Amino acid sequence: MNRYPLWKYILIAATLVLGILYTLPNFFGEVPAVQVSPLRATLKADAALMGRVEDILKKGGFTPGGISLDATGVKTRFADTDTQIKAKDLLQGELGEDYIVALNLLSNNPGWLTAIGALPMYLGLDLRGGVHFLLQVDLKAAIAKKMEALANDIRGNLREKRIQYGGVARDGQTVTVRFRDAAARDKGLAEIARTMPDVALTTQDDAAEFRIIATLKPEAQRRSRDFALQQNITTLRNRVNELGVAEPIIQQAGADRVVVQLPGVQDTAKAKDILGRTATLEVRMVAEEHMDAATLQAAAAGQVPFGDELYIERGGAPILVRKQVVLTGDRINDAQPGFDSQTGEPAVHINLDGAGARIFQQVTRENVGKRMAILLFEKGKGEVVTAPVIRTEIGGGRVQISGRMTTQEAQDVALLLRAGALAAPMEIIEERTVGPSLGAENIRIGFQSTWYGFATIAVFMISYYLLFGVFSIVALASNVLFLVALLSMLQATLTLPGMAGIALTIGMAIDANVLINERVREELRAGITPQAAIHAGYDRAWGTILDSNITTLIAGIFLFLLGSGPVKGFAVVLCLGILTSIYSAVVVSRAMVNLYYGGRRRLDRVSIGQVWKPATQGKP
Amino acid sequence: MEWFRIRRDIPFMRHALIFNVISLVTFLAAVGSLATRGLNLGVDFTGGTVMEIAYAQAADLGRIRESMARLGFSEASVQNFGTSRDVLIRLPLKQGVTSAKLSEQVMQELRKDDPTVEMRRVEFVGPQVGKELLENGALALLFVSIGIVLYLWLRFEWKFGVAAIIANLHDTVIIVGFFSIFQWEFSLPVLAAVLAILGYSVNESVVVFDRVREVFRNRKMRHLSVPQVIDHAITATMSRTMITHGSTQIMVCAMLIFGGETLFYFALALTIGILFGIYSSVLVASPIVMYLGVSREDLVRPETEKKAGETGAVV
Repeated sequence: MNRYPLWKYILIAATLVLGILYTLPNFFGEVPAVQVSPLRATLKADAALMGRVEDILKKGGFTPGGISLDATGVKTRFADTDTQIKAKDLLQGELGEDYIVALNLLSNNPGWLTAIGALPMYLGLDLRGGVHFLLQVDLKAAIAKKMEALANDIRGNLREKRIQYGGVARDGQTVTVRFRDAAARDKGLAEIARTMPDVALTTQDDAAEFRIIATLKPEAQRRSRDFALQQNITTLRNRVNELGVAEPIIQQAGADRVVVQLPGVQDTAKAKDILGRTATLEVRMVAEEHMDAATLQAAAAGQVPFGDELYIERGGAPILVRKQVVLTGDRINDAQPGFDSQTGEPAVHINLDGAGARIFQQVTRENVGKRMAILLFEKGKGEVVTAPVIRTEIGGGRVQISGRMTTQEAQDVALLLRAGALAAPMEIIEERTVGPSLGAENIRIGFQSTWYGFATIAVFMISYYLLFGVFSIVALASNVLFLVALLSMLQATLTLPGMAGIALTIGMAIDANVLINERVREELRAGITPQAAIHAGYDRAWGTILDSNITTLIAGIFLFLLGSGPVKGFAVVLCLGILTSIYSAVVVSRAMVNLYYGGRRRLDRVSIGQVWKPATQGKP
Repeated sequence: MEWFRIRRDIPFMRHALIFNVISLVTFLAAVGSLATRGLNLGVDFTGGTVMEIAYAQAADLGRIRESMARLGFSEASVQNFGTSRDVLIRLPLKQGVTSAKLSEQVMQELRKDDPTVEMRRVEFVGPQVGKELLENGALALLFVSIGIVLYLWLRFEWKFGVAAIIANLHDTVIIVGFFSIFQWEFSLPVLAAVLAILGYSVNESVVVFDRVREVFRNRKMRHLSVPQVIDHAITATMSRTMITHGSTQIMVCAMLIFGGETLFYFALALTIGILFGIYSSVLVASPIVMYLGVSREDLVRPETEKKAGETGAVV
């Protein structure tokens, strides 16, 4: 009756072993490490970089504990923090300013554990310390800017086609074009509709004027918003890389928000400052007359000709660029990688706004055959993104840069151009910063409350239910084991409320075992044989356990869906905890009881504490 | 060891009316307090900035207040937080000032007075986010209630679902009422605790209802009237209820003692919920079920009952 088939025991043992395996990484602690990541989007973290890092360290006399390469960069471990800091300084000095060398704490997992996907729990910011920002893109400003550009374009277009108009004005998110007569207005309508498919046009006439009202179509608005958001995310990612933060999180959160999480950041002032900056893009003419070997060599040595500046092209060649700025980045609306329409080579397609297009047309008309340089300025330092030759006069604001680039290069250039182009303004709508000392203390708090609570409950259960109490406590312990293993496997974020959730789960999980034990006692009190009592106890309690846990699960699920931040961490632990507690309280404890009592043919009494029988059977 | 030596069923339902009156009174007190004094909403819901700073020795609150006034934040609230060395500064939302600059300004100003000051935690919540969190909290409460009613409807019968939810919402209002009367800070973790308690204390009702269903189906107890059935169910599950709540409370006490300030109100909400949960789920849900007119037929499906002697077709 109280026997489990062998396969069930094996299954339970297997789950216990898995639970232990996946909980183990949490005990290995952390090891000081140094992480090298490229600063510029055009450089890659690859095997070559790993080789370089290894060489530098060897030459410096360091023997790193282990060197590995992943998506974010090259990571090397060291024995202690002193060596870590010395190595960081050495690497930063050798690799120069194109790479970020950051201090990091890596888990000390043995390789075989990592290979099966066992990692320590992912600690939230309130346990690790760090900064969390929620940024909102100011869409109104983004659309207003676009409408402003649109107004300029309309002006330019109408003038080109020699359509008489009274005035073009932007008011909020609409542009109004005034005409003196209906015929001009209709021509204008046709022209704008032809050249600007994104715009919804309506006419509004009164006695004195004929007007066209232009607004952005909803789809175009959405595209604008998505584009602004993506652009901002890219820019933010570049910014965050500069801070040298290990494992930053930058994600879209909803239609118009971005979440930035920087764990372990100490200097929050610097973080906020850097996040607020933008890069700038400049278009200038190359100083062709100075581009001979001798002048270039002199310039590299420090003697730059008057009116020029020295920059390095991609590929390493020096280039002299005039100081005068022809065009600034805010004239660039978009830059996308693509292919040359004629030759099929990889190319970058750039969209300029109205004013930019006109300036560009003029510059290209006057400088056919000469080179033009597009520079990206970050932190005050400039880099030449690309320096193409002007082949013909280019009008209409659609520019194509092609030749001598691979598809990858085309993508990188487009990315850089977008990063520099002015993004929609962002504002910080939520910030949570936790200092590192508080983080460590929170871990201590969470751990202590869980441990002491568990110990007290254990003492009570064992003294009240004797052997069955022992089984219950072992089941409870396995519950915590499974919960921690699940959290580690899923890499769910553990926060301080999450640790409170673990404590709460323990308190709630004991309910199932109490139900079972009380039921068994009740059956024994009614005079049923021990084996039958055990069976009846587990049987009858199961339905109740299921019902009560599911109701708490409902609460946990909605908390997860509608909560945010640390509360979400709590909800995750609650939900997972309920699942593990159903399993461990019923299956695992039953397995133990069956192992111990199930095989006995004659069972006189079970060790479940005192089964008190009232002297008179109180039956109403 | 057996702590619950109960000889006969305790006649709870005889006093059902008294219990209901007590519930009503406490409920009205809670609602009254909420209506008049409102809740001391934390920064999560109102928006604003909270800074937790620590000094090397006991903090001089007066000087901190002066520094805040110098920066133009005369409406800042400055309090000790746990120990005399920890200070909590609350700044309401200010139009036009971004939070990023705000906390930096404050830290710089405070460092002028005492360079050992350390920033432990900063939280800034913009107005939209605060509003959203509040709305989401209310929505969560709504959905959890509906979910529980539906589930209990499925498993038992609609009367039980309604009774359980009324009893446990009553519980929830009491907890929130406590926070209103004593003006404890009602923050996002406290809301999470309230929702967890809602799910948890429905447990009690479920255990009792389960027993009620079992007694209804038990042939040996057919002669019991509905109040007697409920009495028996409550009495029989009494030991389990007390032990479970006691165990959960042990864990929460550990949180209260070791949890520090951050988890304090969270643990407090849980404590009130656990204590009142026993009361409301057992002594409020059951009378309501009784008043709604529950009977044996609600829970016992006719086809499971076979009259003795019927072996073949029945007309």
